[in-house]
Amino acid sequence: MNNREESLIPKLGVITDVRIDTPDIKTFRVVTPDGKKVFEHRPGQCAMLSIPGVGEAMFSITSSPTNTEYMEFSIKKCGCVTEWLHQAEVGQQITIRGPYGKPFPVDDAFAGQNLLFIAGGVGLAPLRSVINYCRDNRDKYGEIDIVYGSRSKDDLLDYQEIINEWSTDSGVRVHLTIDNPQEGWDGHVGFVPNYVKELGFDTNKTAVLCGPPIMIKFTLEGLCSLGFEKTQIYTTLELKMKCGVGKCGRCNVGSKYVCKDGPVFRFDELDELPDEY
Amino acid sequence: MRKCSLNKMDAVFAEIAKAGDLYLPACGHDGKAVYTKWQEGVCWSDAVNTVRSPKDFFFPQMENLVEFKTAGKNIDIIDIRDEKADFVVFGVRPCDVKSFEVLDRVFLQEPVDSYYASRREHGTVVSVACTKPVETCFCTTFGIDAAGACGDVTVWKTETEVFWQANTEKGETLLAKLEALTEACDESAVEDQQEKTHAIMNKLPLKDLSTESFGGGKTNEFFNAPEWKELSEACLGCGTCTFVCPTCQCYDIKDFNTGNGVVRFRCWDSCMYSDFTKMAHGNPRLTQLERFRQRFMHKLVYYPENNDGLFSCVGCGRCLAKCPISMNIVKVMKKIGGKENE
Repeated sequence: MNNREESLIPKLGVITDVRIDTPDIKTFRVVTPDGKKVFEHRPGQCAMLSIPGVGEAMFSITSSPTNTEYMEFSIKKCGCVTEWLHQAEVGQQITIRGPYGKPFPVDDAFAGQNLLFIAGGVGLAPLRSVINYCRDNRDKYGEIDIVYGSRSKDDLLDYQEIINEWSTDSGVRVHLTIDNPQEGWDGHVGFVPNYVKELGFDTNKTAVLCGPPIMIKFTLEGLCSLGFEKTQIYTTLELKMKCGVGKCGRCNVGSKYVCKDGPVFRFDELDELPDEY
Repeated sequence: MRKCSLNKMDAVFAEIAKAGDLYLPACGHDGKAVYTKWQEGVCWSDAVNTVRSPKDFFFPQMENLVEFKTAGKNIDIIDIRDEKADFVVFGVRPCDVKSFEVLDRVFLQEPVDSYYASRREHGTVVSVACTKPVETCFCTTFGIDAAGACGDVTVWKTETEVFWQANTEKGETLLAKLEALTEACDESAVEDQQEKTHAIMNKLPLKDLSTESFGGGKTNEFFNAPEWKELSEACLGCGTCTFVCPTCQCYDIKDFNTGNGVVRFRCWDSCMYSDFTKMAHGNPRLTQLERFRQRFMHKLVYYPENNDGLFSCVGCGRCLAKCPISMNIVKVMKKIGGKENE
C-alpha cells in the first residue's frame, strides 16, 4: 500500500438535492456520505466530478465558500458525463476531487471595490459563487451590479434566488435580459453586450465576465468603449482538462495552464497569452 | 572509478538482477534495440539508442490509477497503489537520462504524482556513455555531454572493458554490490574515450544547431509566425513523434468497465491528435497547424518559460528517424529560429 497523497484519487460524494433550473441545466447539491462538505474552496475554483465508467469532467463550484453545509454545481447537459448526471437521482453517489485553480481575488483586488458581474447563460454558474461570497461579506465591498442574460426567461439560471434574494439586497442591482420578446416577460429584451452599453456603467468598478465566447468578446469591447481598462476586468476560462493539476498537458494557453494558473484571468493577463482559447 | 572485463558482464548482470528487476537495451527481433528484462542469454545491445525511450519505466504507456465498485447508487473507491519494488535500468544514454529531469519537473512538482514518484524512488539509472553518436544526434544543442557522467551510475564501455562510476548514493549502493566483480582503476582510459567521442560529436551534421532564439518569453515572437503553415502542412497527426519522444508527457485518463467494476487508468496521449482539446463547446485547436505548433512551442518556449530555461527536448533524434513525413524539431528550429540556424 502506497500512503502518499494523490490528487488523482477522488473522494466520495452524494447528491442530496437536484434542482431543475432550466430545460438543460440542473443544480446538484453534493456532500460527503456522512453529510459534510467534501472540501473547502475559494470563489471561482473548480472540482472534478465523475461517475465511474462514464468519465470525469471539470465543473465550477457554483455555491459560495460561505455555505458551510454543502457544495453546489450547476451543470448544463452537453456531453457524456453531464447527460449521465442529468438522469441521476437524489442519493446517487459520485466521485469528486479538487478544489482546482486560482480563485477570484475577493480578498485583495476586489476588496472595497464596486463590483459589476456580467453573465450569459450557464456562465452565471461560476459567478454565483463569488456573487454570494460578496453578498455574505457585504461590508467588504461597494455597490454590486449584476447583468444577466439568457436565451429566454426559462433559460435564466437561479431565477428564484435572483428574484427573492439578490434583487432584494441593499446595494445590489440586478439587470436581467433575454434574447427575444416572450409572453409573461416585461423585463429588458436584447443581447447582454448591448444591454451593458445601454446601462452605461461608470468605470469606478471592477468587472467580472463569464459566458459564451462571443458574448465575452463583445461585452469586453463594450466595457472598453465605456472607458474600462482591461486591468479592471476579469473572466474565467474553460478548456478541456483531465488531471486538474497542470500535468496532463491539454488546457494550456501559451505557457499558462487554465487548471492551475487559471481559470480566473484578468484581461490584461489574457492579452499576453496567445489567442488559443 | 572501477572497471571490469567486458566478458564479465553476464556475471555483473546476474549480480544486479539478484536484488530486483534489471532492464537493459537488447537486440529485438528486427535487430533494433529494445529495453528488455534481463535473464540469462539476454545480450546488451550496442545500438546508439532504443526504439522507444526509457520513459516507460517511470511513466508507463498505460497504468491503472484507481478502481471502483458500484452497487445501485453506491460507489466504493479502491486505492490500488502499491509500493514499487527496486529495479535497475541499465544502458540509458545521456540524452535519455536528461529526459528524466524534464519529466521530474512535471510529475514531481506539487502536487506530486505519487505513481511516478514511487517508480522514480525505486529505480536506479545506469547511464552508458555514447561512443558512436550518429547523424540524427543533437544532444549537444541542449548542453548534454554524450560522453559525460550522469544518472546514478555511469558506465563507459571500451572494446574489452567496462568502467564504472557512481554519481549518487543509489549508485554507490549498486556499485558496492559489484565490488567482487570489479577492480579500482584510474580514469585515463575513460578520458581517452571521451576525447574520441567529442571528436565525433564535433563532426556531426547538427552540431551547430542552436537554441539561442528560443526559450521563455518568446511566445508572441513565434506564435503567429507564417512558417507554421508550411511546416505543418504535411503532418499526418499520427502522434508517432510524441510516442517515441522521451520528454512528451501528455496523458489521458479513461475508465474501463471490467464487468466486475471500473478501472480508471491513464495512458499516453498526444497533442497532435484532433480530439486532444475537443470539448462540448468546441475545440481551440481546430487544425493540424495549431496542434503542430503547440507541440513545438511547448518544447521550445512554454516549457522553458515554466522551468528555468530548461528545454523539453534532449536531442535524442528519435523523431528524426521515425516521422513518416520526415518532419521534426530540427526543421522547426531551423525554419522558425531565424538566422542562427540557417
